[in-house]
This record gives sequence, structure tokens and C-alpha cells, in this order.
Amino acid sequence: MNRELHSFPGGLQIPPHKELSNSKTSLITPLPERIILPLQQHIGSPAVPIVKTGEKVLKGQVIARASGYVSVPIHASTSGRIIDIGNYTVPDSLGLKAPCIVIEPDGDDAWFEIKPTRDYLSIDPKALQEVIREAGIVGLGGAGFPAHVKLNEGMENIVDTLIINGVECEPYISCDDRLIREKPGYIVNGARMIRHAVQAKHCVIALEEDMPEAYAALKELIDDDIELVQLPVKYPQGGERQLIKALTGKEVPSGGLPIHIGIVMHNVGTAAAAYRAVTRGEPLISRYITVSGEVKDPRNLQVLLGTPVKHCADQCGYEVKEGQAIILGGPMMGMYVNNMLMPVIKTTNCVLVTSTFNQQPEMPCIRCGQCAEVCPAELLPQQLYWYARAKNHDRLREYHLFDCIECGCCSYVCPSNIQLVQYYRKAKRQIMQDEQTMSGANRARQHFISRNDRLAREAQEQNEEMLAESETDETDKQSFIQAAVERTRAKRAQMKKPEKQQDHDE
Amino acid sequence: MIGILIILIFAIAIALLLNSSRSQTPEQDKLVDRVDALLPQTQCGQCGYPGCKPYADAIMHNQADINQCPPGGRNTIRKLANLLGREIKPLNPVHGKEGPKKIAYIDEDICIGCVKCIKACPVDAIAGAPKLMHTVITEECTGCELCVAPCPVDCISMLVYVQGGRRVKLEAPMRVTV
Repeated sequence: MNRELHSFPGGLQIPPHKELSNSKTSLITPLPERIILPLQQHIGSPAVPIVKTGEKVLKGQVIARASGYVSVPIHASTSGRIIDIGNYTVPDSLGLKAPCIVIEPDGDDAWFEIKPTRDYLSIDPKALQEVIREAGIVGLGGAGFPAHVKLNEGMENIVDTLIINGVECEPYISCDDRLIREKPGYIVNGARMIRHAVQAKHCVIALEEDMPEAYAALKELIDDDIELVQLPVKYPQGGERQLIKALTGKEVPSGGLPIHIGIVMHNVGTAAAAYRAVTRGEPLISRYITVSGEVKDPRNLQVLLGTPVKHCADQCGYEVKEGQAIILGGPMMGMYVNNMLMPVIKTTNCVLVTSTFNQQPEMPCIRCGQCAEVCPAELLPQQLYWYARAKNHDRLREYHLFDCIECGCCSYVCPSNIQLVQYYRKAKRQIMQDEQTMSGANRARQHFISRNDRLAREAQEQNEEMLAESETDETDKQSFIQAAVERTRAKRAQMKKPEKQQDHDE
Repeated sequence: MIGILIILIFAIAIALLLNSSRSQTPEQDKLVDRVDALLPQTQCGQCGYPGCKPYADAIMHNQADINQCPPGGRNTIRKLANLLGREIKPLNPVHGKEGPKKIAYIDEDICIGCVKCIKACPVDAIAGAPKLMHTVITEECTGCELCVAPCPVDCISMLVYVQGGRRVKLEAPMRVTV
């Protein structure tokens, strides 16, 4: 319990605005008219549908299977009929449409048969991982990385510390806080379960100091096996690397993973979902989200995955107003959306309605250097900004663009109102895209070369064959003619012997 | 006087020697590869050469201009101009127009399995066998459109490739596997 606390570089003190939503009990959201389940709600390859339009499904039934190691299945959030499998707008900053399965709920909410695993602390960690994977559990903190991959990494390496991340550092969001207060048992037991799954030596649950109720709720349940740590409030403490630095003083190397320094981190929501999936057999089909900002009744909701954002906002008295923006996620890292019919997915943690978002025009950089002071990854945001504008991808890499965690601190402090982080996001996307096209072009080049080689070889072989054929033909013909000539000669010689003699005589 | 003459003769000889061996120097070969690396590797032949490498060769030998590649478009022209120290110019419309990346899609219900498209594909991106249905390997298709014309039943269409393709690869009907 006497862990020496450290701090991470940079960071900010931002007004938290959590009081808007964290004091009210979460509501279970009524069934929406439609459930839209994107096939990709996680990092990795999208799931593959295994149902057909018109088919009836039950709550918790697998409707799309995982398509690889870094992929998880998708389950029906409620019972009903599949009415479409097609492209719908999904939560994505580009506003793209992506393949989704649409369910029309029948209102019964009837469960598919589920199999609880009660002996979770004694079964083989591998088996536990499989259960977690089959339940479609991904990191609920925001990135949506399949949970079983992190667990498996843990199995293959020695894990010193398992950190359960309850640091909800973004303003307005209080869904983890509410989850801890309402279901502390899930989190504590989930932490024990994950600890068993990765065979970690130590286990820490980390909270921030502005969550005293959550702290008290957990404190009651934990024994000496788990450390409960409260950290001073600072944004972005909930970031994986930042929290590791704050708790252990260690730094995750650039381009590396926490496991490389013996640490595995999971969000409290992930721990709770994994516990629920294993002990009750219920796959990941719902989550806590915060609806906050300019709504009548800001609060937390327990939402079925696939519920349209509009439906959630309506539960909290949302009214359409001029000049409002809807943000999925928090004000620092969330994305502005313009279509509220998109669904809540595994990684959605907040719906924020606000009209005080930044609408000032960008002004030239005055090189004040504040962005560099607050950057928690210790990057040079100014340099990155210039190079991103110049599309100088080599330099961006040199300046470690990919270590940027997109926390938005630089944009927040910029006196010239430059949306720095947007430039970095765009540049990252551009670089990834370029890399994709490059690797595609390289493959195409290889294919082209090998095809040309093959064609040349085939042509040569054909030529040789023809040549050989014609040669044998030629010799055959000649020998045939020769033989025929000789035969006739011989015949003639026999028949016309007398004539010959006569000739000679002449 | 004689010394100067001898030096002059030597200089001319060396200059000639260098000039004649220019196209074979490794640096030159490397430059061809660098030009080739900037081309999109569509292998479509719209530039008038049978593939990207031959076009790169032609550029290096001053037989072709740098604005003949419609799939690469303005971007490729800009990069080529930068590399070769030439002036940026607009795409030559004789060779085609710049457009979004496309991908071939075979309507498998119509395909008769004639293998004509397979023979036409410069990058072996079509799988199939005689009298069996053919299909395009989406990841490998460069969108050269060379397979479209040979198809006797017109079952190949070019679909726009949606950028940021991690999520949506094609605007094609979704296929459900059971």
C-alpha cells in the first residue's frame, strides 16, 4: 500500500465537469427500434457475419465470428430478427460507412443458452483466455484492443504487475466511476481473474483522487492481494504509458509495449466485462456510457451495444439546438460526429453535447513553446506541426510522430488556437495509407516481374519444343525420303537389271 | 603546346568514354529503380509502355516525358519532377485522366470461365481455371482495367476503392459466409 508515486512529464489540470453526471445512478436504457452492430468495433480485422438477413437471433448469440488472431466475435445485443447486413455510418472521425448487422428487436430480450464458468481462479489460464475471447471482450477504455491478445502476451512473458486502470482523466466522462460504485465486486473479482489469466505477481487498481466514493467501494472489497492506489488529478493520467510512469516510474520504450517492461494494463470496464463473461456466461453486449453536457438530465446509462446515439441522448432529455456539437468520447480526445443515428459500439464511452467547442479561427504559430511543455510524450509539437503541414513524412517519423497519444494537450494550450492534434492524426493516417499503397505497389511490382519471367520462360520452352519438334520432323522426313528413295532404287535395280546392262552395253 | 594537345585529347577521350558508358553505370541503374519506385506499379500500360519499369527506363533515356502516368497523377508527376530536377507539368490527357483508385470485380454469376482475363492480368491478381468461375484477389488488384476488354461476357466491372480501406474495401454487395 505504500507505493511510491511518480509523475509523468507534461500534462494539464483541466476542469473535470464530472459532477454533472457521476452522482446519479445509471439507468438501463429501454430497447431501441433498431440495433446496428458494426463488424469492426475493435482494433484488428473485422468480424465475419455468420447469419443471414431474415434470420431470428437470440440475445447473446454469435452473429459474426472472429476473422483472425487479433479479432473478436460480435454477439446479438438482444433477441430479434436480422433485417439487414449492409453499410451504415459508424463512429469514425471520417464519417465512413462500414458493414453492419442490423437487428430489429422483438421485445422479448430472450437469452441464447449461456455457459457460466465458475471455477475461474483454478482453470487453465489458456482456457480462461479462450472464454474471454469468445465473449468478444475488447479494451473498453477507448482503443478497443482485443483483450485476449493482451492476456496471451502476458502468458508468454513474465508479468510483474497487472494494472487495472480506473483513472478516468477526460473531463465529463464518469462511466468508469459509476461502474466502480455500482459494481465494485465485478472489478475486484475481475482483477483477480485477469491476474490469474496472466499470472501476474502484483496487482494494482489505480484511481484518481477525485473519486472518493469509488475508492471507498473498492476498499471494502479488497484484501491484501490487490493494491488500491489514488493518484493526484492530472490529464492525461489515464493514458497507458502515463499511468505506468506515474505508478512505477518506468517508461515504456518508444515503439514498445507495456509487456516489454513486465506490465499488463486493463481498464476497469474490461475487467468487469471479462468477469461477467466468465462467471455468468454473458458476452459483451452492453456497456456504461456517460451522456453529459447540455442535456436536461446528464447521467450514466447502461446501453446495449448497437443502440443509436440519438436514442441514448433522448433518454437524458436531449434537444436539438442551433450551434451544438455532438462529441463521441471526451472533449479532449473525442470525435465530432454529425450523424446521431450511428450506434454505440464497444469503445464508445461518452456522448457529449456542447456548444462551447472551439470555433475560433487558427492563427499563425508564435513559437511560444507551451505545447512542448505540456506534451506528456515529450515530443516537439511545433516541429511536428511544421512537418505535418509540409507533409514531410520522413521527418515526422524522425520526430516520433507515432509516439503521440493524441491527448490534445497541445491543442488545448495553444494561444494561436491551432488544432495541433488534428494535424498529427491526419498525418498519421496519411502515412499509414501511403505505407499501405507502397506495400501494395511493391507486391504488384514483384508479381509483374515474376509474371514476365514466367511468360518469358514459357515462351522459351515453347520455342525449344517447336525447334526440337521441327528438327526431329526434318530428320524423320529426310530419313523417310532417303529410305523411300533407296527402296525404289533397290526395286528398280532389281527390275531393270537387264536394262542397265543394255545401257552399259550401249 | 604539345602537352596541351595531349591533355585535350585525353580529356575528350575520357569524356566520350564516360558518356558512352553512362547508361550502364550502377548509379544510373539505381536511378531507374528510384524512378520505378515512384510509379504506382499499376502495370496498366496507359503511358504507352508495357509496365511501370519499362516506362521508368524510357523516362531515364529521355524517350518519355514524366507526365504520362494517369494512375499516379499529379502526385507522381510532382515526385518525379523533384527526383529528376525537372519542371512539374500537368498530366498529358492523351494517356488518360486521373481518377480514384479502382478495383476489378467479377460478377461470378455471369463468368463462364474462359481464362481470358487471367491471361490479361499483369499482376496475376485473378484466380480461376478453365470452365471454372474466376475471382479477383482484391488485395492484389492494381485497377489497371486490362482484364475488362478481353471478357467476352462483360462480367468485369471496375469499382471505386474506398480510401482508408481498413474498414470498407469495396462498394460491392456484402457477401455473407455461412
